[in-house]
Amino acid sequence: MLTKRIIPCLDVKKGHVVKGIKFQNHKIMGDPVELAIKYSDQNADELVFYDIYSSVEDSSVPSSWIENIAKNIDIPFCVAGGIKSLSKASQILNIGADKISINTPALENPSLINKLAKAHGSQCVVIGIDSFFNGSDYFVYARTGSEKSKYHTGKKTVDWLQEAQDRGAGEIVLNCMNQDGVREGYDIEQLEIMKNLCKVPLIASGGAGCKGDFKDVFLKCDVDGALAASVFHNNEIKIMDLKRDLICEKIPVRL
Amino acid sequence: MIGIINCGGANLQSVMYALDRINLKYKVSDTWNDLKNSRALILPGVGAAGTVMRNLKNLNLIENLKNDTRPILGICVGMQIFFDFSEEENKKCMEVIPGKIKKFSNRQLTIPHMGWNKVKFSDPYFEDCNGYFYFANSYYAGISEHTLGFTHYGIKFSSFVNKKNFYGVQFHPEKSSNIGKKFLTKFFDMI
Repeated sequence: MLTKRIIPCLDVKKGHVVKGIKFQNHKIMGDPVELAIKYSDQNADELVFYDIYSSVEDSSVPSSWIENIAKNIDIPFCVAGGIKSLSKASQILNIGADKISINTPALENPSLINKLAKAHGSQCVVIGIDSFFNGSDYFVYARTGSEKSKYHTGKKTVDWLQEAQDRGAGEIVLNCMNQDGVREGYDIEQLEIMKNLCKVPLIASGGAGCKGDFKDVFLKCDVDGALAASVFHNNEIKIMDLKRDLICEKIPVRL
Repeated sequence: MIGIINCGGANLQSVMYALDRINLKYKVSDTWNDLKNSRALILPGVGAAGTVMRNLKNLNLIENLKNDTRPILGICVGMQIFFDFSEEENKKCMEVIPGKIKKFSNRQLTIPHMGWNKVKFSDPYFEDCNGYFYFANSYYAGISEHTLGFTHYGIKFSSFVNKKNFYGVQFHPEKSSNIGKKFLTKFFDMI
């Protein structure tokens, strides 16, 4: 049976892993390679590295830290942030990343999804969606890396989710912005809606605060994976303990 | 020395790092002459079967590979192209292992089949490798007399196959942590 994936997400800024609350006030948490090895040893199923510097500041050369991660861990990992072209994506995949995750560039140039899927296969094309509930519906935001650049795209999350899949996305990471960094649990209501529309794997992101939040998101939404950052970085949740708890709930995970 | 065939697959670098971790020497090339002296070959494959077949054809490697007698390990799409035919782009493949590569068709399943799934090896030599390996595939090979290991995803499919000197794995041993390392070590000890 295919197991549910536990995915630590590491926000990388200028070579350091950082974490902010609601995308703000970044605080240094550690070195990407060291943390990658730590999570790999703890039985994380996959890692996501979100290069928040490239995505905001622009950068055309893949960073050496990506290569170091590929050398040092032997579980799959995904790189996100600042990937605006097929050539940049190819460079990152060719130095050892398994997947690339695209967010704003896909919104601003949707045909990039088709190009990436055609060149490298859907399995390595992840679309990150930053979704915000405004009181009546879920909407997609772009350039969420900083408060200044952030903007409302006018697209409904359900429509963009559908379009991204139709264009060849092989996985969706749904970041529920209302929940991000506040650690009150995943956005169950939203994830349930989106999971029903999603034919490709759906990864929940934003809101994990305790082990029970992971249990809830798997049992209630049947998502394929759950992504979290701070609860792992500050050692509040040990992945092995979390997985043992999930097994007690009959949720299939790899130990 | 292991020869790694560079056919444009994006997992090439990961396969090289995996061999580094188990201290195996290798040479990467897309030219037959360079690969002649290695004791075994690896055909890494990520992407589409059609793309990998086209690349191999453009490099004039297909006939050489088909006629070679050294052990060769195909990974993921590298395994799929050993078969007769792939439903992906309806592409004729190498025809060294009989059968057809099909798309997962169960509508209840999320596709691609992505993540860690259980492999059960039917070959006793690999029994101690039974466990979770990393997969990322939308297409699969069915069960046949050439199946040496299988996995369930809606249906039961081949995750390890062999005919003559052609070996193929649907999973990614290079990304399957300790168990992947163990599999690769045992595989290259065996051949």
